[in-house]
Amino acid sequence: MELKIKDKDIRNEIVKKIEELSNTNVFRCYQCGKCSAGCPSSPFMDILPNQVMMLLQEGKIEYILGKNTHWICASCFTCSARCPKDIDIAAVMEAIRVVETRNKKDYISIYEIKEEERKGVPPIAFVSAMRKLSS
Amino acid sequence: MRIGYYPGCTLKSDAQNFEISALAVLKEIGYDVKELSRWNCCGTVYSLASDDLMHQLAPFRNLIRAKEEGYDKILTLCSMCYNTIKRANLLVQKDKEKLDKLNNFMYEENTKYDGSVDVIHILNLIKDTGIKKIKEKVKKSLRGLSFAPYYGCLLLRPKEIAIDDMELPEIMEEIISVTGADVIDFPFKTECCGSYHTIKDKDVVLDKTYSIVNLAHELGASAILLSCPLCDFNLEARQNDCAKKYLDFKKIPVLYFTQVLALAFGLPEETWGFKYNKQDPLPIFKEII
Repeated sequence: MELKIKDKDIRNEIVKKIEELSNTNVFRCYQCGKCSAGCPSSPFMDILPNQVMMLLQEGKIEYILGKNTHWICASCFTCSARCPKDIDIAAVMEAIRVVETRNKKDYISIYEIKEEERKGVPPIAFVSAMRKLSS
Repeated sequence: MRIGYYPGCTLKSDAQNFEISALAVLKEIGYDVKELSRWNCCGTVYSLASDDLMHQLAPFRNLIRAKEEGYDKILTLCSMCYNTIKRANLLVQKDKEKLDKLNNFMYEENTKYDGSVDVIHILNLIKDTGIKKIKEKVKKSLRGLSFAPYYGCLLLRPKEIAIDDMELPEIMEEIISVTGADVIDFPFKTECCGSYHTIKDKDVVLDKTYSIVNLAHELGASAILLSCPLCDFNLEARQNDCAKKYLDFKKIPVLYFTQVLALAFGLPEETWGFKYNKQDPLPIFKEII
């Protein structure tokens, strides 16, 4: 993957917003990779959590938004619990989701879910999915 | 100490086996807990965005309800309710400005919340009662069975709300071992079940269900025990979908840990709540009952 970094890209407005929403300084990350090593959902992600952190440092937000990583994250907090730099990566993922959903880019719509798929699914699953994945 | 019981939505619908068995077990060990006379959905997931106070209203309102009725503690059974209400409570205890903002927003409530209510989980409550005291209540030994304890994520992470060690919890093991059954050292006990992805990305959940259930079989478990209705749905009900996707998949019973305690305490059959289980647990208990 070739990346060209320009001064104006680094810590751009969206990166600042993500840092503010997640109470995080993304430049604390030194790429040890513990978050990705422990992430139980990583096999389903386009790019790994530590790669998201690196891309945020490079200001490549459009690249991140084009991948599914922040949607696949289920907020299990394994990454946040194991980060040696005490970065709440789960909160960073949530901040990226929030940036998307506040722009009305939802990952899930209740109308897309077929009736036979809804059968037997408990309310706890619906409420949490709609809360996390839609505006 | 006055404890108010907060059930949450799923315990009143799909997870009635958890509620029935837990209340019976609590009564047996000396807690006659009362349900909050009014409560609402906790929101199921804690909002992690720093400016998102709107999503703290649901858990906050439940804290107001508890204070209004004079309770010192809210007892939750569901792990997601525990996590959400406990974290919202911590947020307002630490941040006076947010506490005031939430109170002002809900100016029509007669009670102002001040952060004085504590949020506890049933596993903590049972452990605090004393393992020795619980052991005395056991009437039927479950020797010969072996259980795989499963905590999932939200009882243990993040650290400030963890009911036990984040990476190596043992609280459920200690409690289940009073029944005389073997408790397996289960490496996947803190793994994620895929949570709400069960709605849109079912394959994410099926993959996890497959590996968690397979490992439980490999280690010789008779059943998996847990305390979260969403983990239960993913690990128990989704086994039917798993069997269709993976041809070598073998099913296993999944129970709430309180169901096993109710059985071991010799409580009446209706308190076990087995009729609500999606994978029939009766066969594993046939030599004991």
